[in-house]
Amino acid sequence: MTAAAQVLPAPAASIAPPESPMRQAWKRLRRRKGAMIALGVLLIIIFAAIFAPLIAPYDPAKQSWTAVRKAPSALYWFGTDEVGRDMFSRVIYGARASLMAGVISVCIALGLGAPLGLLAGYMGGWVDALISRFTDAMLACPFLILAIALAAFLGPSLTNAMIAIGVTATPIFVRLTRGQVLTVKVENYIEAARSIGNSQWRIATRHILPNILPQLMVQATVTIATAIIAEAALSFLGLGQQPPAPSWGSMLNVAQRFLTNAPWMAIFPGVAIFATVLSFNLFGDGLRDALDPRSK
Amino acid sequence: MVALLSRRLLQLIPTVFFVSVIIFLLQQLLPGDPALVMAGEDRDPEVIAQIRRMYRLDQPLPIQYLYWIKGVIVGDLGESMRLKVPVSDLVLEKLPVTLQLATMAIIVALAIGVTAGVLSAVKRDSWIDYVVNVLSLCGISTPNFWLGIMLILLFSVQLGWLPASGYVSPFENLGQSLLTTIMPAFVLGNALAGVLMRHTRAAMLQAMDSDYVRTAKAKGLSNTAIIVKHALRNALTPIITLGALEFGTLLSGAVLTEQIFTIPGFGKLIVDAVFNRDYAVVQGVVLVTATTYILLNLLADIGYILADPRLRK
Repeated sequence: MTAAAQVLPAPAASIAPPESPMRQAWKRLRRRKGAMIALGVLLIIIFAAIFAPLIAPYDPAKQSWTAVRKAPSALYWFGTDEVGRDMFSRVIYGARASLMAGVISVCIALGLGAPLGLLAGYMGGWVDALISRFTDAMLACPFLILAIALAAFLGPSLTNAMIAIGVTATPIFVRLTRGQVLTVKVENYIEAARSIGNSQWRIATRHILPNILPQLMVQATVTIATAIIAEAALSFLGLGQQPPAPSWGSMLNVAQRFLTNAPWMAIFPGVAIFATVLSFNLFGDGLRDALDPRSK
Repeated sequence: MVALLSRRLLQLIPTVFFVSVIIFLLQQLLPGDPALVMAGEDRDPEVIAQIRRMYRLDQPLPIQYLYWIKGVIVGDLGESMRLKVPVSDLVLEKLPVTLQLATMAIIVALAIGVTAGVLSAVKRDSWIDYVVNVLSLCGISTPNFWLGIMLILLFSVQLGWLPASGYVSPFENLGQSLLTTIMPAFVLGNALAGVLMRHTRAAMLQAMDSDYVRTAKAKGLSNTAIIVKHALRNALTPIITLGALEFGTLLSGAVLTEQIFTIPGFGKLIVDAVFNRDYAVVQGVVLVTATTYILLNLLADIGYILADPRLRK
């Protein structure tokens, strides 16, 4: 009896209110230098994309026959291209296409994949079998080849490239959501929600979904990086953003023809893709560790 | 083990069926009437009706699918609209080039990825571990088409050491073949090296913490013997499996790499087909890559079962 009395909890008044899991995750994320630097770089790129008209010194589409293939200088920081357009302005405006493609295609993939994964994991049976086999089949088609084929059949444009990348990335989210649902649905709180008469829809959206959101967020961040590379690849092949609108991928495509006398045309758009993708990957890694309570 | 393999083979059937459905449906995404596309300039209604009959476009979709899949099963992937040759002939002609490139890329990736991963795990939490991790993330984040352009700029334009484009078969001239494929193989293997490094590091850390490594240490074996003979040998199984699985990703990456280095392989075939609206070729290439990927997946599973006696029940 005495022993039982000793392990009784302390009075509630002396306990500090527990920190929310999101706050704890943010604290852990802040301790990760790499992730925070990446977040800083991403914020700069997003800021540059939004305020491109204010930051870019020149009109990105304006040609100047007196400034064809000028090397980087104080006047043209990143040099000029084969028709005298300012590369710095084009790289800044190009961020719009890349970020848009990254975010929108992941939204498409998440919007299609998460409900399908939720349905498969929660319903089980033939619904699960059907969705899972279809997912396996899509995952069997190499990502870029399927995206190229889809973009080619839909027709070349940035919108179609985003749809192609989004649809191609959907199975990643179906599989992840399904796996997470299978883990979460056997938890006691789901059983409790079911026993008090909650509808299946309510259990899936109010109890299961919030618990698998962190994993989906991490996957979304990393997939944005993949989607940005995929968009650049499609634009590089002429299946994404169409000229004269600037895109990092299409700028690299043109630059290939002028490697000998204007190498700067190939360097800066590539560095922009690399920095953006690296930042998303670093931030995604940091987010994964921060959202995992077992991480130090 | 036989039961396990049979189960695995049976599971493949629905996957392959769905792959074929996806690829067949790709053609349905074509804007407009495929018969009009095939007719080209010729807008004579008679010709269009004839094309429709010839390609069974007047039949319902499931019937069209059945005719298409029947052809695929006997190796008939259709005919290239532009080159007027069977797609299967084109695939057989181009596939060896890409396979050579992908094999070289796997070797590059294993050499860099496994070495870096072992080093990183052995020197855990040191500056070497940190540098290797950063390099691996950089490798994963570098778009391979940009890396290709940068390598051409350095080794072909500036230094003049390697040819910027072209391809020589190893059966014609082995030395020249290696010279033309070393840059593309490095480009293709680079991202995979980053992925392999991460997996090697994780597998090695797990192995280094295991009882058998502790026993080896207690026996007084040298560090090299412990790392190479005990830890790495056990860590290699998942790495090799992953390598087999990533072969499919390499086929995907080859699309851009072959385009940059003008290598007449599978990747270049699909890009040319896309631009010439040669849809039968696009479908054929996607089908062959997906099937190759599924088979590699199966081989990786078999390899895994063979390597791990506990799975051989």
